[in-house]
Amino acid sequence: MLHRRIPAISRRFAVGTLTLLALLGLWYILTTLTGAVGPGRFPSPAQFGAAFTQIAIQGYGGAPLLVQALHSLKLVVMGFAVAVAIGVPLGLAMGWSTRFEAFANPIFLVLRPIPPLAWIPLAIVWLGLGDTAKILVIFFAAFVPAVINTWTGVRNIDPTLVAAARVHGASSRHLFTDVVLPGAMPMIFTGLRLSLQASWTTLVAAELVGAFFGLGRVLNLAYQDIYPAMIAVAMMAVGILGAATTRLLAELETRMTPWRQP
Amino acid sequence: MAAALTGGRKAAPSELALWSLAGAVVFLGSWQLVTASGLVSPRQLPGPLAVLGAAWTMTLQPYAGSTLQTHLFYSLQRYGFGFGLAVLVGVPLGLVMGRFRLVDDIVAPVFESLRFVAPLAWVPFAALWFGTGIGGPVMVIFTGALPPCVINAYRGAKLVEPRLIEAAQTLGASEFRIIREVLLPGALPSIVAGLRVSAGLGWQSLIGAELIVAAAGIGYAMTQAQLTIAPSIVIACMLAIGVIGYLIDIALRGAERAVRRRWGQA
Repeated sequence: MLHRRIPAISRRFAVGTLTLLALLGLWYILTTLTGAVGPGRFPSPAQFGAAFTQIAIQGYGGAPLLVQALHSLKLVVMGFAVAVAIGVPLGLAMGWSTRFEAFANPIFLVLRPIPPLAWIPLAIVWLGLGDTAKILVIFFAAFVPAVINTWTGVRNIDPTLVAAARVHGASSRHLFTDVVLPGAMPMIFTGLRLSLQASWTTLVAAELVGAFFGLGRVLNLAYQDIYPAMIAVAMMAVGILGAATTRLLAELETRMTPWRQP
Repeated sequence: MAAALTGGRKAAPSELALWSLAGAVVFLGSWQLVTASGLVSPRQLPGPLAVLGAAWTMTLQPYAGSTLQTHLFYSLQRYGFGFGLAVLVGVPLGLVMGRFRLVDDIVAPVFESLRFVAPLAWVPFAALWFGTGIGGPVMVIFTGALPPCVINAYRGAKLVEPRLIEAAQTLGASEFRIIREVLLPGALPSIVAGLRVSAGLGWQSLIGAELIVAAAGIGYAMTQAQLTIAPSIVIACMLAIGVIGYLIDIALRGAERAVRRRWGQA
């Protein structure tokens, strides 16, 4: 079994590496060698490198890349953290009590179908173009998946487990900490992953609509300057930050659910 | 099971309905109260009645160039193109990836490296390449809606019983026929579940694209209302967006149920 698997993985790796190298080659050929794709549409590797050095060292849109990226990261983490801190307990409560669920349901019926991006104009009317407006929009984006998945997680717990705990005389507190919380944990993390994704999408959109700082602001400026190389650099930065934070969350998940083997 | 959790006396459906009613009344009531009492200025948050009024006026008088229905029509048109394109490209791509290892090995790394770029980050390139009329927004919807189409078609194809594929091969079916007549029906439940996710993401991307670059559509109307500080129109548009998104979801949920009934499996 193991002998058969290792070549399969390394073959996959080899093909993947070759593909990416081929794409890089294609990129070079199309933009630099033949000029089939003009610099106004997509940057050449050299232009990409130049734009990267420019924003990394001199800065673009008022600050170097690191500062812009950290600014965006800070807003995502803040909005996400507030949404999780409120959303997960709320979801737990909705899963725990059918009465509370019935009470909160009408509000979710209204809030749930509204895409988080649709909050952006209202957030600007309320709070302007500054950081608080971004945090509010990210909060709305991350809140709904956090609540809904936590709630589903509690609802999907095997009723036999709950009954067994009860039969053995578990108090409500023990039932909650030892059965419900660990049982819902995988779904909670599914919700957090969706929340995190939604947070990044929303932040980029909110910063594109209007901001003083951040990666979305860089994207917007680069678009207005018709500077494709800088657009590509900012997109890469968004992708790397998104991947890194998702990785971090997955790491946290394995730490917090040690009983689940990956 | 819910009863097992709540522990206490099981809540009767009629009691739960009362709780729901109470929730709705508290939500709408406190909204109306806060705005009517003057605690919050109507230039910040108009009451629910003012929002309904704004929505009604918008269906009669054009705002930002068109009436509410016309804005929605423009948006749905873009959405239809973008979502349709994502399905037409994504589902066959996912099935082919599920059938041929080589295609999987080639596409997966590209897909993986692009996955974390938020779909809205494509807006500047989309606008540069395809303009801000219909092409740009369609591309943004496409990038938003594509991943679930591909991933679910791929997973569905992987779940198809290998013996069925072998049987079709033995009987001399061409690869095209295997994909169309074995993989596609087998993967359909998974595909339709993916379409639901995809439809939601696409709808959301459309709003984002219209907020940033567009000269018509519901997102554009919202931006105009934001610029003139007309929160009642902003909220009316939000509700319209929510209702349309909800209807799209209901339609696909119905399709999902029909497919499950017809093609079985979990």
